[in-house]
Amino acid sequence: MLTPPITSRDHVTGNQQGSTEIVEYGDFQCPYCGEAFGIVRDLLQALGNVKFVFRHFPLAESHEYAMDAAIATEAAARQQQFWPMHDALYQHQQELSDELFTELAQQLQLNLDQFREDMQDNILVSKVEADFESGIRSGVNGTPTFFINGKRFNGDYRNLLAVVRH
Amino acid sequence: MLQKGDQAPDFTLAASPDKMVTLSDLRGKNVILAFYPADWSPVCTDQMGLYNEMLRFFERHNAVLLGISVDGKWCHQAFAKDRNLHFDLLADFEPKGAVSRQYGVYKNGESLRALFVIDDQGVIQWSYLSPIGENPGADGILQALETMNATA
Repeated sequence: MLTPPITSRDHVTGNQQGSTEIVEYGDFQCPYCGEAFGIVRDLLQALGNVKFVFRHFPLAESHEYAMDAAIATEAAARQQQFWPMHDALYQHQQELSDELFTELAQQLQLNLDQFREDMQDNILVSKVEADFESGIRSGVNGTPTFFINGKRFNGDYRNLLAVVRH
Repeated sequence: MLQKGDQAPDFTLAASPDKMVTLSDLRGKNVILAFYPADWSPVCTDQMGLYNEMLRFFERHNAVLLGISVDGKWCHQAFAKDRNLHFDLLADFEPKGAVSRQYGVYKNGESLRALFVIDDQGVIQWSYLSPIGENPGADGILQALETMNATA
């Protein structure tokens, strides 16, 4: 079971009042998460009743940029741009580098001084780590892992749309 | 398979070509034993990769993680280096599977995918046998460590 359930700390997109709640635990450098990104985007376009939440699960020992990418989204969130940064990172997943984060921040017209400062903020590291720990408690053992209405989805994420539609 | 309340059988196994690990040397710390079938197989890699990300959470519970399979020490060394693992993988290699057998988790030439949480006195406090193809994750380990700390 999803532990804790969706809270006000979570980043929500789709229908905020949606009757179906999907939570993804993801890593910005994980190729499967990159594939799942397109699937989720199509799903949110196809269905109007889905409330979608993303939580961080960076496998930092395997993926060099996973942690910094997660922090970049949280830094962008301080300027109300979590989802645009989330999307941009997955769209540029092949080009992840230290420079990319600032480039994307610039494209999103963030205040760059503020963004750079926030990238160094340990509070954001703690937030990402809290997501990771909640994932462990919820039974996440790899990425991406999805929860539908609080219950872990053990099937193939490529079938997510078909499963949720029913 | 050994269960909660059983004394954990002591062992000394190679962690690398120049390092041996003896379980009883770790008294005073909680120990997590993760038996798994083989280095390099996809599911194991996910499981060990996950635990590798979790070492700081285990440390908070005064716990040391040891992976165990029947692979040899040179194989473990190459696997750990390739996956950037920061914990010991023990070689239950000669006589093959001897420690896995003592814990009751040896079958068809390989260790089963089994977890044991052993307390600082060397007593098993939690054990779990996972379906062979399934990554058991770490939620059970964390729960076991928390339960132990709550009652200690």
